[in-house]
Amino acid sequence: MLIDRRDFLKLGAAGIAIGAFPGIAFASTELITKKGQRVVIVGAGFGGATAAKYLRMWSDNKIEVVLVERSPVFISCPMSNTVLGGSRTISDLTQSYDTLKNKYGINLIQGEVTAIDPDKKTVMLANGHLTYDRLIISPGVDFMFDKIEGLTAKVTDESIPHAWKAGAQTTMLRKQLEAMPDGGVFALSIPAAPYRCPPGPYERACQVAAYFKNNKPKSKVLILDANPDITSKKGLFMAAWKDLYPGMVEYRPNHAVTKVDVAGKIAHTEYEDVKADVLNIIPPMKAGMVASMAGVVGADGRWCAVDFLSYESKVHKNIHVIGDSVSAALPKSGHMASAQAKVCVAAIIELMQGKQPDQNPSLANTCYSMVSNDEAVHVANVYRFNAEKQAMVAADGGGVSAARSEIEGAYAAFWLQNIMSDVLL
Amino acid sequence: MKIIKHQTPVMVCAILLSLTAGCATHPVDTHARNMGASCAACHGTDGNSVGGAPVLAGLDKTYFVAQMKAFKSGARPATVMNQHAKGYSDEEFEQLASFFAAQKHEPR
Repeated sequence: MLIDRRDFLKLGAAGIAIGAFPGIAFASTELITKKGQRVVIVGAGFGGATAAKYLRMWSDNKIEVVLVERSPVFISCPMSNTVLGGSRTISDLTQSYDTLKNKYGINLIQGEVTAIDPDKKTVMLANGHLTYDRLIISPGVDFMFDKIEGLTAKVTDESIPHAWKAGAQTTMLRKQLEAMPDGGVFALSIPAAPYRCPPGPYERACQVAAYFKNNKPKSKVLILDANPDITSKKGLFMAAWKDLYPGMVEYRPNHAVTKVDVAGKIAHTEYEDVKADVLNIIPPMKAGMVASMAGVVGADGRWCAVDFLSYESKVHKNIHVIGDSVSAALPKSGHMASAQAKVCVAAIIELMQGKQPDQNPSLANTCYSMVSNDEAVHVANVYRFNAEKQAMVAADGGGVSAARSEIEGAYAAFWLQNIMSDVLL
Repeated sequence: MKIIKHQTPVMVCAILLSLTAGCATHPVDTHARNMGASCAACHGTDGNSVGGAPVLAGLDKTYFVAQMKAFKSGARPATVMNQHAKGYSDEEFEQLASFFAAQKHEPR
């Protein structure tokens, strides 16, 4: 060799994984030998896991599926606000990937993608690569920490959680609420729309208020909303706050948080500085990092434009984007991601046979919010493909609950059971 | 119209499916299957509900169509189904009914 090993590795620093044999220039281990038609899926949340299962089911197991996910288990972010309220624990929302893997013959790789080459149709991981015929990415959201001075990923892991990806931060936030003395203030900051789960923050306010009502009734919930008004189920949330938690919840619109004093737990807005006992900043969001690696994020730098018949990226052929990362006037939710996954894989199966995808896709969405330990409210809509607009448009007739109820609360719990079963079992 | 384009194959498939319910070798009406797929979030995969919402797998076709029409008109009061039913045509109710009637009820 003409160069020493250290210089050789430096040459490879442009994000391409180097295999164990430096004697072969830029060699990389093919992690699973590709034999026939293959779809690689990155992200095994509501979108990616659904895509993996349904691709196997609807292709009669003919298409090989490789599913890449960094988390060892699935945790549902929907309903995770009830961990803050106290009616669930995070383990109630956790499910293994074993059944998904074994029952449907899915190759599951636990790992992180380091780079994507759309021309070579290759996905790079730390210890090798995978080639694909088609790639589906379902990377959820990542946070724009640069929009809030003082906030970093590390700060959210250690002291000021967002808890907007269910797991350790959810548990940490619950512990902070438990440790808070009676009479304290929980301040919650909501970013400007669009963001993952429009009603989520208002549901969180309800759940924390419910916990306070039963345990530390002198405490307060302060909502600093960057938006000019409540973005979802407004009447129902306001009624819940007024009827169930009178005097406990204060809502301030047009109050974007621009800076945070981490040690003092002070949130700075245009109008005032707010000191909280427990501070929960939900930062502005954009498409998950993997979308940037794939080069499919749009000019806005935030979301990915797709063809709504197949979810194929408008930037790169053979790369499909589903879930939160998609640029659309659609709610960003686990339910939508799962529904989109099914349209996407149905289309991929047709396209891989040289056929046209279904020209009339539809998505049915139901979204429940738990406004107390037992009562829920919903919003429900069917979305139909509009050929003129080349977009999914809400059909007439959708809407919200007439009122909160325990029956809806029961349906919300059944929704969680059924969707997790549909996605993972 | 896109819906009319699917009518003839759906009718053929509906006849085949009603004769051979659960048989994997006969062609599936993929459009009906795709439409019914987002029902799974509450009604389970292929209509095999694991609780709460009714099981749709193997449900009598005529009953299914009647319920969806009743949800759509409001004759049968509900929480979410009135809103969902309004998103589909009566013809689509027939297609969905055929699809679900052909699914095997697999208790989970």
